[in-house]
Amino acid sequence: MNDPIWLMLVKGVLVFVVLVLLVLFTIWFERRVVAIMQVRPGPNRNGPFGLLQSLADGLKLAFKEDVMPRTADKVVFIAAPVIAVTCAFTAFAVIPFGPEVNVFGIETELQLTDFEVSVLLILACSALGVYGIVLAGWSSGSTYSLLGALRAAAQVISYEIALGLAVLTVFFQSQLMSTGAIVEAQAQGLPLTFGGTEITLPGWYFIILAPSFVIFVISMVGETNRAPFDLPEAESELVAGFATEYSSLKYASFFLAEYVNMVTMSALCVTLFLGGWAAPFPASWWPGANEGFMPLVWFFGKVLAFLFFYVWLRGTLPRLRYDQFMRLGWKVLVPVSLVWLMVLAAMNIGLDTDNDLPTRIAFAGGAAIAVMALIFFWPSRKQYEEPAEPDTGLGGFPVPPLDLAVPPSPRSLTELEPASTAVPVNGSGPTDKGEEE
Amino acid sequence: MMIDVAQTVAQNGISGESVFFWILAPIALGGAMGLVLARSAIHAALMLAVTMLCLAVFYIMQAAPFLGFVQIMVYTGAIMMLFLFVLMLFGRDSKDSMFETLRGQRLFAVLLGIGMAALLASGLARAVSGMTIAADPRWATGAQSNVEAIAEALFSTYLFPFEVMAGALTVAAVGALMFAHVAKKGGHRGQREHSRERFAPGSYPGPRPGPGVFANSDSTATPALRPDGSIEPASLSEYVPPRQLTAAEAAPKHTEGRDA
Repeated sequence: MNDPIWLMLVKGVLVFVVLVLLVLFTIWFERRVVAIMQVRPGPNRNGPFGLLQSLADGLKLAFKEDVMPRTADKVVFIAAPVIAVTCAFTAFAVIPFGPEVNVFGIETELQLTDFEVSVLLILACSALGVYGIVLAGWSSGSTYSLLGALRAAAQVISYEIALGLAVLTVFFQSQLMSTGAIVEAQAQGLPLTFGGTEITLPGWYFIILAPSFVIFVISMVGETNRAPFDLPEAESELVAGFATEYSSLKYASFFLAEYVNMVTMSALCVTLFLGGWAAPFPASWWPGANEGFMPLVWFFGKVLAFLFFYVWLRGTLPRLRYDQFMRLGWKVLVPVSLVWLMVLAAMNIGLDTDNDLPTRIAFAGGAAIAVMALIFFWPSRKQYEEPAEPDTGLGGFPVPPLDLAVPPSPRSLTELEPASTAVPVNGSGPTDKGEEE
Repeated sequence: MMIDVAQTVAQNGISGESVFFWILAPIALGGAMGLVLARSAIHAALMLAVTMLCLAVFYIMQAAPFLGFVQIMVYTGAIMMLFLFVLMLFGRDSKDSMFETLRGQRLFAVLLGIGMAALLASGLARAVSGMTIAADPRWATGAQSNVEAIAEALFSTYLFPFEVMAGALTVAAVGALMFAHVAKKGGHRGQREHSRERFAPGSYPGPRPGPGVFANSDSTATPALRPDGSIEPASLSEYVPPRQLTAAEAAPKHTEGRDA
């Protein structure tokens, strides 16, 4: 990264603009896709296909009155949305969009910055971004907000572990921690020999590290507070959770941060597991597909596919109950990640031809035994037992009698005529209100 | 990028590291002072988070990016968040009491604090002064990466202390769980037990009627009527005095101007 200062500035502004545009697009996209899933048109008034709807919403929010509760902790109340937005935008700086390109005679990479441990920057930013949510809930001085903040804190701490362990397997496999280098490492195929025939698998890590990929995708939904894991802002339980007391631009900032986080997490998943900006087909099909600005198409295509996945989840799944959510995190994702990490380490030693045969067999066998033990000792759900006799309840449930005649509603007695006289005479019925008054 | 800026500034005579140091050091110190002086526990925790972030940036500046980011993720991201979680459970109005339980306690605390700081500072100064600070040549020359160097130190030289610490922390966590765990009284009550309890004689199974149910008016003062026309006592507010309108009060007032 030896760019001139002006190029750095241009890249920084471009990353910002791309993120904001993607957020505007994603909000519209989400509303339209959910609408199609629910067989209704969705926003279609502002601009072609309603594309300007989110822009209009943003402007509306900006012009609304900014209310600060009397019980709010003023400094923290203002700082919270700033923290959320700053962390959300910073994380995107290390995502590689494409390979080296030539911009006005300067060879540069399509990436704002990269360094030895750049994946950790994204994780650190997502860890700090939670401060925005938690402090927002605390400083509002309202019960719903505080409950939302508590949920956010517990949720993010729990799911960060699973997320970190999934990322760890990528570090493990590639022995790299820089986003650009991980993308390049995935470009090489994985030669495998099955009984004499050699097959070259694509080197994308979602194939070799399939369990990590699944765990990462689940916990990234938890980390971004999106449905079905949107407990901190569960509108049916907590009004708007941590954002209940926020209005105007501050509320818009949280909205912005949430969608930027969605984009960042999708981009991180694409970078770590789906080959980053590499074309989704072998290089022999189209030799120029991975050069110049063409990779931008593949990269944003993959990111959009992930954003669609987010929307699809929201349109399909109901929100989890809080204890179910925590159980999934701590009792399923974390143990599976830990066992998988150990299995992967054993497999790597087992497949390494530098070691002697007994060591390799021992490690590979240990890995197999660990997997079998995990499957064998997996806690199974308690089977439903058919009751021996029908439950008549304690003292009997108040079941309505079989010959129940529903009494007429008192309201219908006073307002409606009996059914026999309800025949319209001279075109005016008894229900015609205009005639009665 | 940060390192590039550092290099360009270094060529012009000022080291970028010292520029960042003089910006961040006051912030870090301010955070530490704020931690001690803040009245609200949450503010103190936030000040500590600021100091930790500054330390992380110091690490990154000193060419230890891995350590810096792990500092942010583990200390600021996880440990301070747990702290905040616990503090928020106490409620936001809990402030330190400024009442002195021992006479002159505050004065002695300040004096002893200053003494302790002086001891630490002089000890450190003695130990550090005259030392030439140089990076390990293996990773300063790029022969070994930062992460590899840390891993080698942790898992070879300091393996035993590392394992002992891990064991001690696990034991502490399990012990805390043991103390905090309260066995549930009675067995688990399922849906059937809850339902039976709800429908048991003497308890009302449904939601209470809201005011104005089956009534001609939607005022909160209007009691709910049962389907048979009698008044549902549960819907009568104890704060609204019951009274009956006189015939004149109940008569139409012609306020709407339609039925005059």
